[in-house]
Amino acid sequence: MEELALNILDIACNSVAANATKVWISVSADTAKDLLSISVKDNGRGMDKEFLSTVADPFATTRKTRKVGMGIPLFKAAAQVADGMFSIESEVGKGTETKATFKLSHIDRMPLGDLASTVVTLIGTAGEADIVFSYTVDTQNYVFDTGEIRKVLNGVDINSPEIIVYIKDMIDENITRINGGLIL
Amino acid sequence: MKTLEELQAIRDRMKTQMASRGAADGDDIKIVVGMATCGIAAGARPVLNAIIEEVENRKLENVKVTQTGCIGMCKLEPLVDVIVPGKEKVTYVHVTPEKARRIVASHVVNGNVVAEYTMNAKA
Repeated sequence: MEELALNILDIACNSVAANATKVWISVSADTAKDLLSISVKDNGRGMDKEFLSTVADPFATTRKTRKVGMGIPLFKAAAQVADGMFSIESEVGKGTETKATFKLSHIDRMPLGDLASTVVTLIGTAGEADIVFSYTVDTQNYVFDTGEIRKVLNGVDINSPEIIVYIKDMIDENITRINGGLIL
Repeated sequence: MKTLEELQAIRDRMKTQMASRGAADGDDIKIVVGMATCGIAAGARPVLNAIIEEVENRKLENVKVTQTGCIGMCKLEPLVDVIVPGKEKVTYVHVTPEKARRIVASHVVNGNVVAEYTMNAKA
């Protein structure tokens, strides 16, 4: 993985695989605290304690855990090399939240990368599930919600290439606006 | 600036187009991109985006672009399947955004399989 946006896509795909009907992605940068926080939360089927204790360890993967595989260990490692923290909380029947923090200015922190592509790719894999993407830099915030988009589309497929390209540009424009010249 | 109002206008135009075309999903050409950890790490996301952009730029209305998870051939990722109704599925391996654009132009639009990018060419 070369950018955090790809880790986010991968983690969020787990949410979709867990039959979530809603996935919340939050990316938040605080320049004063020199902190980048990423959270992927879902209302999917969740994991029990035993399973949860093994998901961050790639070598603990058995046939039963094959569906999780390398995605979570890679995300955890990305946080740890950048002086960050990683946590994953889950409850059967309620959902899962995966959180990672990073020291924003750390030399080994991967760039955020193409978040707009990640969101639209996720829309393509998510079927009917809704995606809420929140992007914050200091006091500026942008929230994208497929629920809102679907209301506007009123039956037109959100995954039509024309719509997807439009949505991607829309998210890109807003990220650029929120960044205000900052490269994250 | 892209706005929800403009999106509404696009929706209205698409609804009119869909009504005139008539819905016959069974005749659609399907393009399927592998999108598990292995695919993502190998570069599947830019490949998927290139395909979507190409389909949109060429205004291909009979093409559906979808995604699938890991199919167990991780070392050949990014993998792209092209399924033309009534024909055998073609699997392309080690696809890049450039190769993907050529696959759309040659195979999807003109019906010519790009043999050198297929799994059989690598085997």
